[in-house]
Amino acid sequence: MSTIDSDTAPQAFTSKELVTDQDIRWCPGCGDYSILKQVQTVLPELGLKREEIVFISGIGCSSRFPYYMETYGMHSIHGRATAIASGLKATRPELSVWIITGDGDAMSIGGNHFIHLLRRNFDVNILLFNNEIYGLTKGQYSPTSELGKVTKSTPMGSVDHPFNPLALVMGADGTFVARSMDRDPTHLRNILKRANAHKGTSLVEIYQNCNVFNDGAFEVFTEKSSKANSTLLVEQGQPLIFGADKDKGIRLDGFTPRVVSLNDFSADDLWIHDETDRTKANLLVRFFDDASIEGQFPRPFGVFYSEQRFTYEAAFNQQIADAIASKGAGDLDKLLRGPSVWEVK
Amino acid sequence: MENNSLIAIDATILFAGDSGDGIQLTGDQFTTTTALFGNDVSTFPNFPAEIRAPQGTLAGVSGFQIKFGSEEIYTPGDHCDLLVVMNAAALKANIKQLKSGGMIIANSEGFDTKNLRLAKYPDGVNPLEDGSLDSFKLFTLDVTKMTKATLEGSGLGTKEIDRTKNMFVLGFIYWIYNRPLEHTIKFLEQKFAKRPEIVEANIKTLKAGYFYGETSETFMQRVQVKPASIKPGVYRNINGNPATAIGLIAAAQKSGLGLYLGSYPITPASDILHELSKYKNFGVRTFQAEDEIAAITSAIGAAFGGSLAITTSSGPGIALKTEAIGLAIMLELPLVIINVQRGGPSTGLPTKTEQADLLQAVYGRNGEAPLPVIAAQTPSDCFYAVFEACRIAVEHSTPVFFLSDGYLANGAEPWRFPNASDLPEIKPNFATEEDADGKFLPYKRDEKLARKWAIPGVKGLEHRIGGLEKEHETGNISYDPDNHEFMVKLRAEKVEKIADFIPLQTLDNGSNKGKLLIVGWGSTYGSIKTAVKRALEDGYSVAHAHVRYISPMPKNLGELMKNYDHILVPEINNGQLVRILRDKYLLPAEGFNKIKGIPFSSEELYKKIISLA
Repeated sequence: MSTIDSDTAPQAFTSKELVTDQDIRWCPGCGDYSILKQVQTVLPELGLKREEIVFISGIGCSSRFPYYMETYGMHSIHGRATAIASGLKATRPELSVWIITGDGDAMSIGGNHFIHLLRRNFDVNILLFNNEIYGLTKGQYSPTSELGKVTKSTPMGSVDHPFNPLALVMGADGTFVARSMDRDPTHLRNILKRANAHKGTSLVEIYQNCNVFNDGAFEVFTEKSSKANSTLLVEQGQPLIFGADKDKGIRLDGFTPRVVSLNDFSADDLWIHDETDRTKANLLVRFFDDASIEGQFPRPFGVFYSEQRFTYEAAFNQQIADAIASKGAGDLDKLLRGPSVWEVK
Repeated sequence: MENNSLIAIDATILFAGDSGDGIQLTGDQFTTTTALFGNDVSTFPNFPAEIRAPQGTLAGVSGFQIKFGSEEIYTPGDHCDLLVVMNAAALKANIKQLKSGGMIIANSEGFDTKNLRLAKYPDGVNPLEDGSLDSFKLFTLDVTKMTKATLEGSGLGTKEIDRTKNMFVLGFIYWIYNRPLEHTIKFLEQKFAKRPEIVEANIKTLKAGYFYGETSETFMQRVQVKPASIKPGVYRNINGNPATAIGLIAAAQKSGLGLYLGSYPITPASDILHELSKYKNFGVRTFQAEDEIAAITSAIGAAFGGSLAITTSSGPGIALKTEAIGLAIMLELPLVIINVQRGGPSTGLPTKTEQADLLQAVYGRNGEAPLPVIAAQTPSDCFYAVFEACRIAVEHSTPVFFLSDGYLANGAEPWRFPNASDLPEIKPNFATEEDADGKFLPYKRDEKLARKWAIPGVKGLEHRIGGLEKEHETGNISYDPDNHEFMVKLRAEKVEKIADFIPLQTLDNGSNKGKLLIVGWGSTYGSIKTAVKRALEDGYSVAHAHVRYISPMPKNLGELMKNYDHILVPEINNGQLVRILRDKYLLPAEGFNKIKGIPFSSEELYKKIISLA
């Protein structure tokens, strides 16, 4: 990625210049519009060159995204954006590569590439649009749909236990794990900036409302009446406090998190968020119960985990450099000759 | 040289034993030594699918056949003159390969009660003793015992001593054929450089085998096969898979592109991955992907970024890549898809050869999805054919299929290799900033109907590509019915147009009119060539054309075939090229097929030829 300091460098392009001449084909009211807007707003601020930005997507509603970004882009095949991005980043490490995927694209048909990209830690950004439904194919349940979900393909309710996407990402040793949502533009923009700054695979799960096939799936986290009690915004070094009156907190009792009242405990007694702590991050991503039920854990948003680990492309290309340094640049004639020859006269 | 040696024009040896007996290594050593000596050679390894099948069983038999001669050799031989067997199972599995009156060298220890039972001989029957081999010259020796005696006091354990017994056999065979030991000694010194005691033991056993021939006063007739009078030049020995790997590197160098290989291990293609992984100092980037799909899609990503991108596999893996091949056709990016074919369907016969996937390569995709298909015909031809596949991919902006097979991949022959400077340049058609003048049209085409390669990083060429149907020139998504029909035909025309940029079909042998034309493709080349040569010498009216460009076909192929009364298409499958020829040229071409996981013998082809010519 470009190394220009984003605070001081002038913007090389504007948000407007990121808009293409293609008509946007998402349904009116789709959460994708907000995500597109936040990405177009944030990108000019990152100190990147527009010609070095590549958006790669798979198949699904979200995967139309590259057509609306005036950068390099590829709308590929179902589930494979992650693998295509791997080959591109391995050979062109200087590019800023963004993967646009959905819950079905990343975790059903593309599950294998998804986990392998994470463990390899290519320096790319994955925006995982999670709407807990198959929208493009008109409303079948997805791997993140809740148990019992009634859809066209599950008239008696789904019997699939859903994926917890961020627990999956932690399990695959992702090095940057975050969650945001379409309805909170400021939060989303901040998370996108953090994702870009992270050297390694940045996974941002974005709760995205599909107002046609799964409207209100995340209502409890977005509606004013329920938001404060059901969500938990985590910030580095800050205690985990939530609730309409900021009167509830999470306290660690050994390895067991508990919801406590700030009437009984002070902020100093609470779990202090540390995104470099893998153990805590593993607990945090497990806050996955139905947050609308009284007494359950709120659903956390923010950066849960961030770790510095070597990137695949750096190690991959270092081997090339090392081989050239130790053996010298390859000599084709010597290669053609092979280990032993004989002459026929 | 010994005066009492029999002079032979050629000789064929089949080494056979347990897959743990070091048969392949023995065969490789004999091949290189005899090639360095100046013979023309052709080899065919034949090994079981399991790395360590149960010892002593028929399933565990590993074989290596080599034909070498003082004349040009095109096949590893139909039948062998000498059969070397390490155990009873190896004899049982291969005795039908031995010429009548041929010689057997048998390791007697491999014919004890246990081994005979494992080879499923009836109780009390030992083929070495019951006279059943009387029509052959049988020579029995106890290799195990003599190896032990040789290494007595060496301090090595029984297992390590036992592992050197293939060197005793090799030494003995070197004696029979008057071959020097130097190459193998050098090889052992390098291979076991870190274990001098193992080097010493192997060399000692190798020499013991050689001296055994010299001193044992055996009835054994030594054989002298003089160097071949082949085209002057400097030669090396080459197998198909390494030739493919070298061809790819050469194409990368000649195009100035970085080489990227996305691959997933599969028999018999893995050696290309292994080979290329060694050449990082050529800037070769090899990526062992999580699966076949990631192997090809990562290559598509690398192609988008401007690399010479390759994916290697075999039939079942190619099936998994199918959807991505369609994407590459839609994206019109350069990509070479290598299929080292094996027996199918499904998992089929992983270690056996078959021309199984021609129709898969030509037609096996959803939608109207044509692409060029090129097939190699000998191990060294893998180099030239894959180089050509790269040239077409890069210069015509298209994915290209390259077909090899298990027989080519593992077979070896001498190769009068080219100089790097003799190889043609490959010219990538990159779009530059000037193309951005006004508005960049990613699907605008040149006279070849190829689109320009616009890679990320070039200012002003930002554009989007994808699997949805493209509008002509702009590359925007289009559902317009007329545009779709136009684009389907345009993509087909683009592939057809490659025929203007490939050589015309030539005859390999025979005259340009006659009774019978043999049309072959791929690895049947050697067997057909041998059979046709013999039929011509015997006065039959036959010719041989070997098709390297399966799609598009050379422009003159149809005309050429009309000059014969019969067209015969021998294939190691159930009839695939023959269908395409009939379909394309409306000719009554006839198939001649073998589907046994082994190549044609030139004898069976000869018989078929003379029945028609």
